[in-house]
Amino acid sequence: MSWFKRMKKGITTQNQEKKEIPEGLWYQCPECKHVMTSDQHAENDWLCEKCDYHEKITSLNYFSILFDENQFSEVAAHLISGDPLEFTDTKAYKDRIKTTINKSGLKDALRVGFGNIEGEKAVVACMDFGFIGGSMGSVVGEKFARGVDKAIEENCPFICISKSGGARMMEAGFSLMQMAKTSAKLTQLADHQLPYVSFLTDPTTGGVTASFAMLGDINIAEPKALIGFAGPRVVKETIGKDLPEGFQSSEFVLEHGFLDYIVNRKELKQKLALSLKQMKAKS
Amino acid sequence: MRNYLDFEAPIKELNEQIQKLKDSAVKTGVNVENAVQELEKALIAKTEDLYKNMDPWQRVQLSRHPDRPYALEYIEAMTEGTWIELHGDRTVKDDKAMIGGFGLLNGESVMFIGQQKGANTKMRQYRNFGMANPEGYRKALRLMRLAEKFNKPIVTLIDTPGAFPGLEAEERGQGEAIARNLFEMMRLKVPVICIIIGEGASGGALGIGIGDRVLMMENTWYSVISPESCSSILWRSWDYKVTAASALKLTAEDMKWNGLIDGIIREPLGGAHANHEQAISILKDVIQSTIADLRKNSNDELVKQRIEKFCAMGKYVEA
Ligand SMILES: [Zn+2]
Repeated sequence: MSWFKRMKKGITTQNQEKKEIPEGLWYQCPECKHVMTSDQHAENDWLCEKCDYHEKITSLNYFSILFDENQFSEVAAHLISGDPLEFTDTKAYKDRIKTTINKSGLKDALRVGFGNIEGEKAVVACMDFGFIGGSMGSVVGEKFARGVDKAIEENCPFICISKSGGARMMEAGFSLMQMAKTSAKLTQLADHQLPYVSFLTDPTTGGVTASFAMLGDINIAEPKALIGFAGPRVVKETIGKDLPEGFQSSEFVLEHGFLDYIVNRKELKQKLALSLKQMKAKS
Repeated sequence: MRNYLDFEAPIKELNEQIQKLKDSAVKTGVNVENAVQELEKALIAKTEDLYKNMDPWQRVQLSRHPDRPYALEYIEAMTEGTWIELHGDRTVKDDKAMIGGFGLLNGESVMFIGQQKGANTKMRQYRNFGMANPEGYRKALRLMRLAEKFNKPIVTLIDTPGAFPGLEAEERGQGEAIARNLFEMMRLKVPVICIIIGEGASGGALGIGIGDRVLMMENTWYSVISPESCSSILWRSWDYKVTAASALKLTAEDMKWNGLIDGIIREPLGGAHANHEQAISILKDVIQSTIADLRKNSNDELVKQRIEKFCAMGKYVEA
């Protein structure tokens, strides 16, 4: 249960920063301010027990929800970012990577797991927002690619859980081409008649939305997630007025025809498993 | 009247001196031929020198030069009166920032698609500054499928400051439109050539940028973000655009060096804006020879190689 301890530690830090509740044993919902214990919150799949607010969670949290008995093996876990352009802004990219790896305990913004979902094999790729805003660089693209390869090898579905601010600017052209690369890999998956489910969570924007996140055989999302191509601030600047209520929310995107359904995290595993079963190609 | 960028000042000065001499010759009847020749020699030397030492930010400025030829001018000139523009995405409307249609290139039918900018204030607005909405990307895909149906090669001319970030663009699924193009362009069973003729900004450029050969003209840029936006996000100030332009490695040379494009198209001396006719003729030659080259492969081979090429992009460490 080491992942569980780590998760609790994460929440501790968050609460210490807010300096509202001591010792991190408590979770306060940012939406309705309801207070519950961190353990209760985690047991409730990190939803507010009062208003159902879906807290942002990590790839390991999602794996614990989806994979049977939380059993999975990681794919391409060893990949870390190079510094292909020797990029420096206010900080050298190389140092930024090192610091982020040490601080977050993550290797990059995507983790890929292989395991069973309700007894059926599946590859799940899941983004971690805690790694430079879930931004897509070469490592995200390559792990995604190897995840697809694994699904083809195992003849099983591929699921990607998106949570990203978009491209990783410090990899510039390389980052842009990961949009092309991930889309190219999905054509290979499609050639094998294997289902691809794109699961969009809060937030999914930019180059991720404009590539693999919108290419699911079915696109599904968590409630009230921010989903868009341009960020809300940019859109607001473009049109020069305030955005309508609920603009770019999951519900808005569903209404405009780009999502198949919205699913509460509590029903995610069951509904996803059913969708996968419904799509499984007849041999 | 030609427009000059700040760093083109020496060229402007020499051009003006030459013009003055010629004007005075008309008035006075004095023979100025030798003096003009000397100045023209100096102009060539100065231009060569200037263009040899161009920094990335200057390339970005050149890519946006107001005198630069835009997609329609290239297409109409290359196809010598045989281009017929085809309109509409068959769903919402006709996007004026994205153009497309068949034209004959020395007798062979080619599907041309491109982002179109406007030459004056009114046209710039009409063309939405070359920023396509989702229907633009969907029109492009419809036309590419049309070309595929009749086994015609596809050429895309990329020149955009980005996909339009508007409210309706979001409602109509800008992200999905671009994503769909990436996916479908990978599988087009015809030769596809993509050429950056001006600005290649991010997903908006890539949305018509998946090809067997991706080429950049010499004075263009292609990256995930413009230097200005990069400066504002990473440096939290608009003052670092020159630094950002260098850091992003967005020039044709850098993109080629990093293996992210397949080739560079040389421009006439002083840039495409200084000699449209020559720029058009160079582009036409490159397109024709590239199509001939790609036609040596079967369409299935092209698709396989295209997918493999993009799958190989990325640099990471196996720790
Ligand atoms: Zn709540």
